Amino acid sequence: MRKAIQNFGRIGVQFMEGFGRSGYVLFRSLFRKPDFKHGFTCLVEQIYNEGVLSLSIIVVSGLFIGMVLGLQGYNILEKFGTTEALGQLVALSVVRELGPVVAALLFAGRAGSALTAEIGLMKATDQLSMMEMMAVDPLQRIISPRLWAGFISLPILATIFSAVAIYGGYLVGVKWLGVDAGAFWSGMQSNVSFRIDILNGIIKSLFFGVAVTWVAVFQGYDCVPTAEGISRATTRSVVYASLVILGLDFILTAMMLGGW
Amino acid sequence: MPGNFVTIKGLKFRFNDRWIFDDVDLEIPKGKITAVMGPSGTGKTTLLRLIGGQLCPEGGTIDVDGDNIHNLSRKNLYRVRKKMGMLFQSGALFSNLNVFDNVAFPLREHTNLTEEMIRDLVLIKLEAVGLRGAAGLMTSELSGGMSRRVALARAIALDPQMIMYDEPLTGQDPITMGVLVQLIKMLNDNLGLTSIIVSHDVKEIASIADYVYLLSDGKVIAHDIPEALFHSDEPHAKQFMQGLPDGPVPFHYPSIDLEKELFSERKS
Repeated sequence: MRKAIQNFGRIGVQFMEGFGRSGYVLFRSLFRKPDFKHGFTCLVEQIYNEGVLSLSIIVVSGLFIGMVLGLQGYNILEKFGTTEALGQLVALSVVRELGPVVAALLFAGRAGSALTAEIGLMKATDQLSMMEMMAVDPLQRIISPRLWAGFISLPILATIFSAVAIYGGYLVGVKWLGVDAGAFWSGMQSNVSFRIDILNGIIKSLFFGVAVTWVAVFQGYDCVPTAEGISRATTRSVVYASLVILGLDFILTAMMLGGW
Repeated sequence: MPGNFVTIKGLKFRFNDRWIFDDVDLEIPKGKITAVMGPSGTGKTTLLRLIGGQLCPEGGTIDVDGDNIHNLSRKNLYRVRKKMGMLFQSGALFSNLNVFDNVAFPLREHTNLTEEMIRDLVLIKLEAVGLRGAAGLMTSELSGGMSRRVALARAIALDPQMIMYDEPLTGQDPITMGVLVQLIKMLNDNLGLTSIIVSHDVKEIASIADYVYLLSDGKVIAHDIPEALFHSDEPHAKQFMQGLPDGPVPFHYPSIDLEKELFSERKS
């Protein structure tokens, strides 16, 4: 019993230590004098690596999720004779919840794991130490552009995801199952609010972007610099990021529905 | 110019409960090649990281060119680090950059030179290590020896006053070893550098070192010119310099009695 309490305490202390270290890394990476000379090029490069290279998985997943939503929604709405509400159903599901959440989960799996592995490998091969010895701060040169790129990329990817998913719902509902196109689009237009639905979805994806990228770069930066250490850190990166996304989603949704 | 570039006094450092350095004094004279040798696990690489300010000691001081490296602000630490070059055992080349960009990296970071001037400087540095022709290669296309030569070109890119070499010859074939040994000597003499070499390639390093420190069990066990150490009667120095399998550094890792261990295993 005493041992169990000790272990529980140790895990708690380790968690708080890790949280403190990750906060320090985040603070020192973000709150500093911007380096326009090198920073902009690095940022564009990272937006390409994290954002553009994630585009294909986002588009394909968005299309399929929209199509499934269209199919499921049509079958349910048909029972009540309200298939013209399909556009509204697809749009609200995607813009409020599925777009930000699924895009963030996919981003954590594709870009987050790549970030962790890349930074971990740089640590294991002494590239970060070398940078330090060359009087170049790796937090500024390596971590900061990756963080900003994640913050910028995910909201854009989530927006693209939502747009493609709505198109997927349209393809199945209107083109395949014969829902009236006018009803599909006008229902969506009259029932989806820019501020309450679209803006809140973008705000969610902003929070998810910060969470996923923060977890990913910290896991890489803090990993044990061995092959096993990198593999564990990459796994942790995806697992922690996914849990944080789902937990944050609940908190943000509660705040938004509570009239925030 | 006489004097020491690095002065270490009463250095104490430990990993967990194990003391790596226990009251170590060491002096690195300016313009000379100083070798730090010792069996594996004696903290030779740790010493370089301490000198570079990447690790903090528990006690003692490390002065680099007159500055106590561990009392400096980050800004001043980076100012002092610009006087140092370091060659890691792996080379630590940036894997996303090619050879040219690796050597150009410190120049682009710390100078406002035009791209034309950077190009000329990089080619001169690469010429010095014999790899001007490899400027366009990616790091994955280089052999181990070539990687270290590129890393050496990068280390001298900003014309530092001191270079620290971490196991520069480990795992190299005899030709590459000879090339690297000559390069270290040539760069030190021609550029007026101060060099610290951490290694256990006794003969090769002793052939170019001006002074050798031998470390073992957290202490400096001997220090002298290489010739004198080869003829030393001090047991640690004798075992290491002559490569004897057993001596003060035991062949067996500390363990309980073999008979006891076998018996207890059978019982369990």
